[in-house]
Amino acid sequence: MGYTFNWTIVFTYLPQFAQGLLLGLGITFLSLAIGSLIGLGGAAISQAAGPGRPVVRGYVEVMRNVPILLWAYFAYYGLPQLGIGFLDNNWSFILALSLYAGAYLTEVFRAGLAAIPRRYGEAAMSIGLRRHQRIGLVTLPLMFRIVLPSLSNTFIGLFKDTSVAAALAVPEVTFVAQKVNQDTFRVIEAWSIAALIYLVVGYVLAIGLRRVERRLQVVR
Amino acid sequence: MDVVIPWLPSMARGLQTTLWLATVVLVSSSLIGAIGGLAIVNGPRPVRWFLRGYVDIVRGIPILVLLFTVYFGSSAFGSGLDQGQAAIVALSIFAGAHMTEIVRGGIGSLPRATVEAAEVIGLTSVQRLRLVVAPLVLPRILPPWVNTAVEIVKATSLASLIGVIDLLYATNSAIGTAKHPIAFYLTAAAIYFVIGAGLSRAGALAERHYRYHEY
Repeated sequence: MGYTFNWTIVFTYLPQFAQGLLLGLGITFLSLAIGSLIGLGGAAISQAAGPGRPVVRGYVEVMRNVPILLWAYFAYYGLPQLGIGFLDNNWSFILALSLYAGAYLTEVFRAGLAAIPRRYGEAAMSIGLRRHQRIGLVTLPLMFRIVLPSLSNTFIGLFKDTSVAAALAVPEVTFVAQKVNQDTFRVIEAWSIAALIYLVVGYVLAIGLRRVERRLQVVR
Repeated sequence: MDVVIPWLPSMARGLQTTLWLATVVLVSSSLIGAIGGLAIVNGPRPVRWFLRGYVDIVRGIPILVLLFTVYFGSSAFGSGLDQGQAAIVALSIFAGAHMTEIVRGGIGSLPRATVEAAEVIGLTSVQRLRLVVAPLVLPRILPPWVNTAVEIVKATSLASLIGVIDLLYATNSAIGTAKHPIAFYLTAAAIYFVIGAGLSRAGALAERHYRYHEY
């Protein structure tokens, strides 16, 4: 039962952990941005009650019930079979995570739109705003503030999901920890550093986002 | 899709492992959640602190990191856990934290007056739990419980990365020989979808059945 800790070897990998963290955060930001565009489109289509509605419903349900790891494999190993071979492992994962996030964000934005009281739209109409003005000046700013807490949760969830990118050898934190594990056999040290990074960064993000939420809160 | 057919038996064996793993973890995490949820509300202060720490730490760490930590970490101490055991332990720790939080939230949402009334009419703590708290809390926590069950099924796919031969692992090894990744991944996705959507549907039906008490 003997295990002697040796942190000095593991500490030489800290720059790689830091780079892995930056890559993970970059992937999270991009996926959230692309996912938000998908989510806005999906929510708009859902609200319009047109023929696109069941398609969006199907997309949301399929993405949410299938593991992200499978979508990552699909993007990386499957898409080249369709002639889409120009995505490397990083971009394959970003694509998969964006589509995955898009499904969750469609639901988030749909709920946000539904939560805007009718009177705001009516007031905007009665003061003579045009359709695009109503959307840009009234609906979207209100919706954004309503969904901000869910958006923060999605953001932190996505950050944790970037760990799955290790399966495609994307060099983010989990992959670095795997490498340290294999190179040095400092098993406990490698994994506790990785866990600590996710934990601390996740909580710092959460606290920061709560602060933004409080500042932007709608007075109701 | 014809390429997939000869591989369906091996994928079915993988599916069996997935379902077995998910069932074991669902049971163990529900137990952790029931005990942990009650203890985090009623337990002595050190127990509450410990559980709060457990829930908040585990929920902040990706499942995959938890899984690797348990699998590789246990091997640092003697013979360690095999892949299946490590997957069960890691996923139970993960899902148990979520379940604890769900049960805590469910109990916390009970009106104080209800619990006090049960005390006042002289029910013992076991009777209060059995006759008042459980019947009121269980229907309320059903929706998040079903969501967590779906998350557990999805999370079992990560066990393929430590070598558990589940549905995703079986799919990948079929692709290794038969190629045609798209057909195989779509088949596996369809299977995961049916399980997840089936659970959600069953949950929605059960919810409607038990929604007798609204206030």
